[in-house]
Amino acid sequence: MSTGAHPLIRVEALHKQYETDAGPQPVLRGVDLDIYPGEFIAVMGASGSGKSTFMNILGCLDMPTSGRYTLDGNDISRLSRDELARLRNRFIGFVFQGFNLLPRATLLDNVALPMLYAARPAHERNARAQELLKRVGLERYGNYLPSRISGGQQQRVAIARALANRPELLLADEPTGNLDTITSHGIMELISTLNREEGTTVVLVTHENDIAHFARRMIRFVDGRVEEDRVMEVIGDA
Amino acid sequence: MFLNMLREAWRAMAANKLRTFLTMLGLVIGVGAVVLMLAIGQGAQTLVKEAVATMGSNLFIVLSGGTTTGGARSGSGTAPTLTLQDARAIAELSPVAAVAPTHSGNAQVVYGGVNWRSQVIGVTPSYLEVREWRLVRGQPFTDTDMRAATRVALIGQTVARELFGDEDPVDKTVRIANSPYLVMGVLSPKGQSFDGRDQDDTVLVPLSTAQRKLYGSPFPDTVRFMMVKAVSESAMDRAEQAITQLLRERHRIQADAPNDFTVRNLSAVADVQAETTRVMSIMLGAVASISLVVGGIGIMNIMLVSVTERTREIGIRMAIGARQRDILWQFLLESVIVSVVGCLIGIALGVASAYLVSQTTGMMVVVTGTAILLAFAVASTVGVFFGFYPARKAAALKPIEALRYQ
Repeated sequence: MSTGAHPLIRVEALHKQYETDAGPQPVLRGVDLDIYPGEFIAVMGASGSGKSTFMNILGCLDMPTSGRYTLDGNDISRLSRDELARLRNRFIGFVFQGFNLLPRATLLDNVALPMLYAARPAHERNARAQELLKRVGLERYGNYLPSRISGGQQQRVAIARALANRPELLLADEPTGNLDTITSHGIMELISTLNREEGTTVVLVTHENDIAHFARRMIRFVDGRVEEDRVMEVIGDA
Repeated sequence: MFLNMLREAWRAMAANKLRTFLTMLGLVIGVGAVVLMLAIGQGAQTLVKEAVATMGSNLFIVLSGGTTTGGARSGSGTAPTLTLQDARAIAELSPVAAVAPTHSGNAQVVYGGVNWRSQVIGVTPSYLEVREWRLVRGQPFTDTDMRAATRVALIGQTVARELFGDEDPVDKTVRIANSPYLVMGVLSPKGQSFDGRDQDDTVLVPLSTAQRKLYGSPFPDTVRFMMVKAVSESAMDRAEQAITQLLRERHRIQADAPNDFTVRNLSAVADVQAETTRVMSIMLGAVASISLVVGGIGIMNIMLVSVTERTREIGIRMAIGARQRDILWQFLLESVIVSVVGCLIGIALGVASAYLVSQTTGMMVVVTGTAILLAFAVASTVGVFFGFYPARKAAALKPIEALRYQ
């Protein structure tokens, strides 16, 4: 684990509660955590343990009720919506369980979309999108719509899209939840390679042990708190 | 960037063709209606304007008084109270440019084997000046013809066409009521008068000829009708007063007795008519504009549905870095494209139906560039206006809520 370096992510006394008809429902009850550049972390826990909410806050999609979240030195609570959008665009890449590709856009356009929001010139967008598709092994399907390829292939496209603006942080929320074991391992190899070769920090939510074992640090959530935080044996690239 | 947004908007619309079409339809009909109504209104206005212009400017008509027979009063122009001397006296007044006493009737006009019933008007040479009417061929008749009551005639375009076809009518002889008349000239075309009569279906003969030879007036020195042209528009009021005063003096009417003649300002009548058609066309346009607003509300309705349906897509876009204004522009652009395309189709529809209306009813319709531009501007504004609320609603969504939406 990195020591001496500044943490990429620092979370202090993070609380989140949702207002429901039955009164306030606490989901996160004081989470403290530091994540350093280049780490590969698996977040585990039963459903309702708060791991997904934690991920959404890390991804600047949701705001904590109280506590402080510092991302790369920025106190998230002080940023405007446009500044948060910029962070999501340039600094963070998302991979979702349900792939979340735009159904009417071609694979190339899907991959190029974050670069469009970053106002990159067209030739650069196309070249990079093509390169990323090649990297995930789908360069021949650039003009396909997402519905024409398999789930595993869609998730590869989603990873390519997440990497478009070369993010420092890759957040993956159950990326293999909808995939069979063999396909899942393929996706995990891809993510591991990214972490290893480019130093992209990866935070991965999963409830499957074999998936979690691709990571090098495991954090277990129970009832909105971090119950376990340990370094793991590396077996993913064994 | 903008091209890409256009492409995305196009893709979103193409994905749901029927709905896009129905969204457009409201605006298509609205714009079509506006263009058609403005064309009809403009047509009516043009018609009146042309009629007024062909009538001649700064005109009065002076009618003789009515007769009273056994208690029943006839209308103006039935009693022989105006004389040619009156006409000459009016012509001497300083605000008056010219006076044209007339005597009109209808007669059968025959040339060779062809005959045609037309309005035959007895006029003085000044008539052409008063009516601002020119000859396209031949010569006008003169005071000499007036004095001698010669049988000469000037014929209108319709008469020339019906009797002579392609032949040159000048110096030919026609028979009017069985007497021979020499055609001296052909009048320039004037088209419809503002009561819809064909002004070119006219034969002009010297007034004296009409009275003494053609119609056989019992009072050859009197006239029932004269047209008076004032020197300018600003002289109209002075001219009207001067004519009234002159005729009262000449007819020795007591101070408290009513006039035995009528002076009517024709330009004022024409102005009223023009104003009426103008108001009518504004009303038509206004009624049609309501359908534009209805079309706009249709767009808003569909865009709101579309925003709800695509909430998840909005969430995905926000998650990968779309700012609020990116989302706002995306939806605004869609409604603007729908409006602009709908508007273009509407304009085509409006122009086509205006053409159809003029073909089937013979109504005069005029499609002006201004009307098209106006419809285009209004429709685009409607698109932006009614598209803005749904677009803002989309942009205001919270990323996590949009992303979770199922």
